[in-house]
Amino acid sequence: MPVPISPLQISAYTATTACGPGKAALLDGLEHERSGLRANDFSVHPLETWIGRVDGLESAAVPESLARWDCRNNRLAWMGLHGDGFIDAVRSARDRYGAARIALVLGTSTSSIGASEQAYRELDSDGRFPEYLRSSIMHTPHSLGDFVQRVLEIEGPAVTVATACSSSAKVFAQADRLLRLGIADAVVVGGVDTLCGSVLFGFNSLALVSPQPCRPFDVARNGISIGEAAGFALLERGSGALNLLGYGESSDAHHMSTPHPQGLGAERALDDALARAGLGTDAIDYINLHGTASEKNDEVEAALIARRFGPTVHASSTKGYTGHTLGAAGIVEAAISLLALETGIMPGTVNTQALDALCGPQIRMRSAHGTVRHALSNSFGFGGNNCVLVFGRGVEA
Amino acid sequence: MSSGTMYLDGIACWSPTLVDWDSARAAFRGEAGLLDPPARRPAPELLAPTERRRAPDTVAIALEVAARAVAQAGRTPGELPSVFTSAHGDLAINDYMCATLVNEPMAISPTRFHNSVHNAAAGYWTIGTGCMQASTALTAFLHSFAHGLLEAISQASIEQRPILLVAYDIAACGALACVTASRGMLATALVLNPAPGANSLGTLTWTLQAGPAVPLQPVSAAARSLQENAIADCLPLLECIANPEGDVLLPLGDALALHIHWKAQHA
Repeated sequence: MPVPISPLQISAYTATTACGPGKAALLDGLEHERSGLRANDFSVHPLETWIGRVDGLESAAVPESLARWDCRNNRLAWMGLHGDGFIDAVRSARDRYGAARIALVLGTSTSSIGASEQAYRELDSDGRFPEYLRSSIMHTPHSLGDFVQRVLEIEGPAVTVATACSSSAKVFAQADRLLRLGIADAVVVGGVDTLCGSVLFGFNSLALVSPQPCRPFDVARNGISIGEAAGFALLERGSGALNLLGYGESSDAHHMSTPHPQGLGAERALDDALARAGLGTDAIDYINLHGTASEKNDEVEAALIARRFGPTVHASSTKGYTGHTLGAAGIVEAAISLLALETGIMPGTVNTQALDALCGPQIRMRSAHGTVRHALSNSFGFGGNNCVLVFGRGVEA
Repeated sequence: MSSGTMYLDGIACWSPTLVDWDSARAAFRGEAGLLDPPARRPAPELLAPTERRRAPDTVAIALEVAARAVAQAGRTPGELPSVFTSAHGDLAINDYMCATLVNEPMAISPTRFHNSVHNAAAGYWTIGTGCMQASTALTAFLHSFAHGLLEAISQASIEQRPILLVAYDIAACGALACVTASRGMLATALVLNPAPGANSLGTLTWTLQAGPAVPLQPVSAAARSLQENAIADCLPLLECIANPEGDVLLPLGDALALHIHWKAQHA
C-alpha cells in the first residue's frame, strides 16, 4: 500500500466542453442540469447517436506560425488554453521558475487522428496526403503535447500519455512524480480529445454507442455519447486553496474493452488513491464517477461504490453534460471535482430517468449544494487501465 | 539539476535481424553480424491462441521483449508496474482505421478498434500475465524512448520498487507512410531497480541536462541499420549497455536531455 503524499496545489485550471468555453459555462450547465449533448451533426457518414460537440472550432484556426499543427484537436487545445486566463497563469509560473523548470504532461486518446482521417479522404492521384496535411507531427499521437509545449513556450519534459479513457487522469500522477523528484518546479497537466470517425465508428463497432443521449446508471441505459473537450491544470509544490491529495493507478488484467466483472482493478486504484491521500472513504463528500452509460461499466462501478462508500456521499456521472470525452475525461472530471470543492455544487446525473437497482443511495440524479471537503474522480480505460484521483481544499499558503 | 542511480536487472531487444539481447549485444560491439535471413515476428506466447494469431505486430514484439527482460531480472511479471512507450503506436492499425473510414465506416472491426489504443501492448501484457500493477503508455514523437525511461526512473525512484520499461515501434504503411518515417520493427525492454540485487547487471547513473542536446549517433553497423525505426532514440543507450562502461545523451526535446552513465557490474 502506498504511503501518504504531500498535497500539491492546483494554482490554475480550466475546461472547455460541450457546455461551452471555460469553467463558468461548465458550472452553469452543471448547476442547471443542462446537457450539452446534441444529435450527431458531425460525422462524414451518418451515425444515429448524440455527441458533445464544442462550437466554433471550424472557424478557430491556430495562428499562422503554428499552421503545421492546425487540426481540430489542436484548435480545441488552443481554445482550451485561452479559457480562464490559463495561459497567463503559466506565463507567471514561467517568470517565477524559468521555462526549463516547467514540465508538460497531457493525455489524449484521439490526438489529431481526425487530420489523418481527413487526409485519407483527400489522397492525391499518387495516393499521397494532400499538401496542406503533410506535416508529419500532425499524424502522430504526440501532436498534442508538441503543440501545447510550443504555445506555452515551456522547456521542461513534455510528454503525451495515451491510455485511452484514463489518459488525462494519469497525468496528475506523473506530475506528482516529476515534482517530487525535483525534475520540475511546476507541471502543466491536461488533456484534449476531439470528435472523429475513429472513435464514433470504433465505439459503434463494439455496440457501445447509444442512439439517444447517454443515460448513466439508468436501468435502460444503452451506451455512451461521445464528446470532445480540452482541460488543463497547473500543479506546484505546497498546499494551496485547491490540492491534489492522492492518486491510484492499476490494471484490470482482464479484457481489452470490458471491465473486470468484480471491479477489482478499479478498487485497487481507489485503495491506492485513498492511501496516498491518507483518507478513508468517509472523508469523501463528492465522487465524480466514470459512469459512461455502457451496460458493463456502470454495473461494475455502481457495485463498487455501493460496497465501499456510506450513504451520505453524493456520487454522479457527468457524461450526460459533456459526453464521454475519452482521453480528456480525466481532466474534465477533475475540473468538475475542483468546481465542487470551490462552489459546493455537486452535479446530478443528467438525462437519467430511473436508476438501475444496482445503484446504492450514493448515486444521485439531481444536482445539490453542500460542503465539499474532499472530492474523488474515477477514470477507467480500455486495456483495463484505471486511475482514481482525490482532491481537497486547503489553506492558501 | 536532478540526478540519481538505477540498477539494471534485465534487458531485452528484438528486431528481425537481432532477435535477442545476446545477439544484439554482440552486434552492437561489432563482434557479430545481423541475422540473415531476418526472423519473422515472435509469437506472443503469453496470449490465448486466438489472441496470439490476431495480435498486432506492436503487441507481439512488445510482449516478447517484456517477457525476456522480466525473466532475466528474476521477477514474476505480476509484481512489476510498467511503462510502455512508442512514438506512433500501431501504424498498421492506424492505416486500416483511416482507410476503412473513407468508404465503409460501418465495417470497422471491433477487435482492431480496441487494439488501436496506444496502450494496447500494455493492456495485453497485464492481461497475459495477470498483472494488476499500474501501467502507462506514453509518446513523445522522436524522443519517446527517453521520455519512457524518465518516467520509469521517476516511478522506480518515488515508489522505491523495480519497474518494467518497454519501448517499440513498427513500420509505417499505406498512405500514412508518405508523412510518417518509421521502418522495420524494433523493441527493447529494461527492468530498472532502485536498489542493488543479485540480478544487477550494472548501474545507470542519470542526470537531467539543460541546453540543446546533440545526441550521440549509434556507431555500430548493426545499430545504424535500425536507425530508421521511430523508437531509434533507444539505440545509443543499448549500444552503451553492450559495452562495459560509457556515457550517452538522450534528448528529451530541443532544450533538455537525459545524460546516462553506464557501468557494468563487473566492468
